[in-house]
Amino acid sequence: MIDRIVHLVILLLLPPLLPGVIAKTKAWFAGRQGPPVLQPYYDLARLWRRGMVFSTTSTWVFRAGPVVTLAALLLAGLLVPFGGADAPVGFAGDLILFAYLFGLGRFFTTAAALDTGSAFEGMGASREVTFACLSEPALFLALMVLARLSGSLTLGTMLQATAGGVPADTVAPLVLIAIGLFIVLLAEACRIPVDDPATHLELTMIHEAMVLDHSGPLFGAILYGAAVKLLLLGALLYHVLVPARAGRGLDWLFFLAGMLGLSVAIGIVESIMARLQMRHVPRLLVGALLCCGFGFILLVR
Amino acid sequence: MAYLFLCLPLLMAALAAAVPSNRWRPWLLPAAGAGHFTLTCLTLARPAWWTTAAWLALDPPGRLVLLVVSTLYLACAVYAVAYLRKRAERPNRVFCVCLLAFPGLAGLAAWSQHLGLLWVAIEGTTLVTAPLIYFNHTQRSIEATWKYLLVGSVGIALALLGTFFLAYAAVHAGLPVSLAQADLAALAPRLSRPWLLSAFVLLLVGYGTKMGLAPMHSWKPDAYGEAPGVVGAILAGGVTSCAFLALLRVYRVCLAAGEGAYVSRLLLAMGLFSMAVAAIFMIGQRDFKRMLAYSSVEHMGILALGLGIGAPALAGTLLHVMTNGLTKGVLFLAAGNIHRAFGSKSTEQVAGALRRVPLSAGLFLLGFFAITGSPPFGPFASILSILNGAIGAGRLAVAGGFLLLLLLVFVGMGATVLKVVQGRDPGPAPAPPYREPLLSVAPVALLMLCVLLLGLAMPPPVAALIRDAAEFLEVRT
Amino acid sequence: MTTLLNALLVIVLVLNFLALGSGRIASVIRTVAIQGALLGLLPLLLHAHLQPPVVLAVLLTVAIKGLLIPFMMFRAMRHIRIRREVEPLIGLQPSVILGALGTGIALLFADGLPLAGTHARLLIVPAALATMLTGFLLLITRYKALTQVMGYLVLENGIYCFGVLLVDALPLVVEMGVLLDLFAGIFVICIIVNRISQAFASLDTRRLAALKE
Repeated sequence: MIDRIVHLVILLLLPPLLPGVIAKTKAWFAGRQGPPVLQPYYDLARLWRRGMVFSTTSTWVFRAGPVVTLAALLLAGLLVPFGGADAPVGFAGDLILFAYLFGLGRFFTTAAALDTGSAFEGMGASREVTFACLSEPALFLALMVLARLSGSLTLGTMLQATAGGVPADTVAPLVLIAIGLFIVLLAEACRIPVDDPATHLELTMIHEAMVLDHSGPLFGAILYGAAVKLLLLGALLYHVLVPARAGRGLDWLFFLAGMLGLSVAIGIVESIMARLQMRHVPRLLVGALLCCGFGFILLVR
Repeated sequence: MAYLFLCLPLLMAALAAAVPSNRWRPWLLPAAGAGHFTLTCLTLARPAWWTTAAWLALDPPGRLVLLVVSTLYLACAVYAVAYLRKRAERPNRVFCVCLLAFPGLAGLAAWSQHLGLLWVAIEGTTLVTAPLIYFNHTQRSIEATWKYLLVGSVGIALALLGTFFLAYAAVHAGLPVSLAQADLAALAPRLSRPWLLSAFVLLLVGYGTKMGLAPMHSWKPDAYGEAPGVVGAILAGGVTSCAFLALLRVYRVCLAAGEGAYVSRLLLAMGLFSMAVAAIFMIGQRDFKRMLAYSSVEHMGILALGLGIGAPALAGTLLHVMTNGLTKGVLFLAAGNIHRAFGSKSTEQVAGALRRVPLSAGLFLLGFFAITGSPPFGPFASILSILNGAIGAGRLAVAGGFLLLLLLVFVGMGATVLKVVQGRDPGPAPAPPYREPLLSVAPVALLMLCVLLLGLAMPPPVAALIRDAAEFLEVRT
Repeated sequence: MTTLLNALLVIVLVLNFLALGSGRIASVIRTVAIQGALLGLLPLLLHAHLQPPVVLAVLLTVAIKGLLIPFMMFRAMRHIRIRREVEPLIGLQPSVILGALGTGIALLFADGLPLAGTHARLLIVPAALATMLTGFLLLITRYKALTQVMGYLVLENGIYCFGVLLVDALPLVVEMGVLLDLFAGIFVICIIVNRISQAFASLDTRRLAALKE
């Protein structure tokens, strides 16, 4: 019972902290003070109080987009274990539900973007979907490696697969899918080198272009949903990388530390790299796909 | 004793780097050549000197190659004086240093009984001969040097991997690991098979690249074509012989392991392929130095073929190392003279060489007859011996192919050579008339004499050397 | 130990893909340098007891492959002032895919070359073969002379990766000889690259096509 409550609390309260930590890390690298770490919370509160503006050409899809996305992501969050405890919801084959909830969210976001009838959102939507074509197979291959390692198709069990220690010939596949998952994380969370969350130049954005027309609480829902996505994929990566399990309370702490560490790592990556040219992003994602693919091949060899 | 062979050339090279005068530096070359030759003859006459340390000993094939390289080097060193005098406008420090360092590395290859050390020596010869090709500083010679370096380095890298595989074959079989040739030959029957066979393939490809076997020969026409005649002679006679020595030592290990049939198939295929490629590309060849490069490819093919046939043809193959090395020296040095006399190496500008440079052209013609296997020259004896071995071993198809390709090469090469030496002198004869310096003709003539001697009346010590080497390779178990 | 070794070898494999996919010569040089340094550290992990010769070999390898050779390459680059590779023969993305195919083939071949007892679960043979194939790919498909040299270095990395298995068997002398040859080879190559750029005012090896039949 306690586990479920802690899980829900983490799922609902932790996400906005992560973009804050990333921004702080980037500022620190640039020699600035940067915004306070809790800034995203303040932003969400501010946006909640605002009114919303809707274009006359948009329909219910535009309003439904952020809501459905957020709901899907939160539901997916129930499938992923944080720390040592099991996920609140789990059944055989729920990894497919996990991936498809992400897909559902993506579909509604792009549909909402297309619904505005503006060219910029359309551009962002098409790019988003193209890159998703490359990152989803990578994600699936990584999940298949985990499934094969743990011998189960339940996401919770799969992610605890490395809990008992890592035998020698599974290290290589795990390292490979960790690299692949990190690249997928950067792509899905729209971080450099795939997309620059700080600019708002439509011609170069992917995610930012799609959500340009949203305002008020719906925009807040989008920001929050993006942070939840970051948390979920980060949790996936954490479970792949961290092989051991300590006691119960310690596990939650380690998980929190892991998430913060991941945010710092993303911040560092964003600070030292430049955004890739749009036509080179597929190369990066193909690289992630190859990494995960090889991880799978090495495992079944 | 081995240390003397290694240190003396390096000392001379250091001396050459220190000598400031461009005019007097070349004279270090004949001094070094004469010293090396005397040392070689003395060593070959005293069996007590043949073992210096655990890794440095002269086995029979090593002695053979050392003799060839030393003789060739002496001739080239004397010739180089005349060459550098003609090219006095170029700074020759790098040239002299590299040419002086070469016999040290070739000696190391001959003396080393450890396959790793052998590899180091062969790689060293690659690095030391690359600047020599670049001596003319033209765009084409840079291109040739680049291809030589890159292809050679890749080949040598593969040979290194093959050496590693050979060592691992012992690890995998649980045997004490050693890359010393004697140990490997003794342990050979128990070595792990997949590793041993993969090792041989890699070593064949790697050292075959250095030898210039097809299909790894692509650097040869460019490198031999753009290099000065002296360098071509050293490359064709010296470096290829060292690489073949490496191949011989590996062959011995495989033979001791009982993999003679597998090895023989590979060698025969490569040998025939090299000869075929050479024959095809020699037809209609207008550049006579490139033609000589293809001739080198052909003869490397003959060596591989002889090795592939096995025991009946071994003596012939070993003799061919000698005759090929010396004859290539004749051909390249004479070609260098002709090139310089006419200022071009294409048959479009060169004709009637017998009129302008009678001695060099005459030697070039004789060299052509020798290298294509005409009696009474040395290569005739060695090729006949190999053919004999082939027929004796029952490989009639191989023998037939061998003869056919020799004929094709004779026709192709003959067309170019006769065009060069015969005919009417095309351009205005240079006035004053071109005089061939003595130092650029005498060594060539002496080499030709050696080739003739090998064919007519082989000196008994040489015959004994070849016999010993053949017995050594066959590993009488 | 095997775990850590396998993890490092997998990173070496990933570095291959990075080298194949980079369009900038500087990043290729850095990638190859990191790969060389990582491979140089491998002998330390393979042996439980650290003997002085092994430590010396490791230090020298890391110094030469990780520091000295990249330094020489960067100096050559500065002289010639080139930045990017021109679009290579088969494009960067197809290169990466071919590299992946090559890695797959290496995994297949490696099964035919069984490893001895203590080394049994290591990925050294596939990593070595895959790195060699990547080196070949770089050598064959790139136009700029410096990138071809990078391909040669990757090839040598692959061979060294295999040689790590033999660190106790091959004596220090030969190991040093190998390294020295590599160093000297790269030195000579840098000089030649310099001459090429002087003579042709470019490092595009398509210009080196005058010698033909």
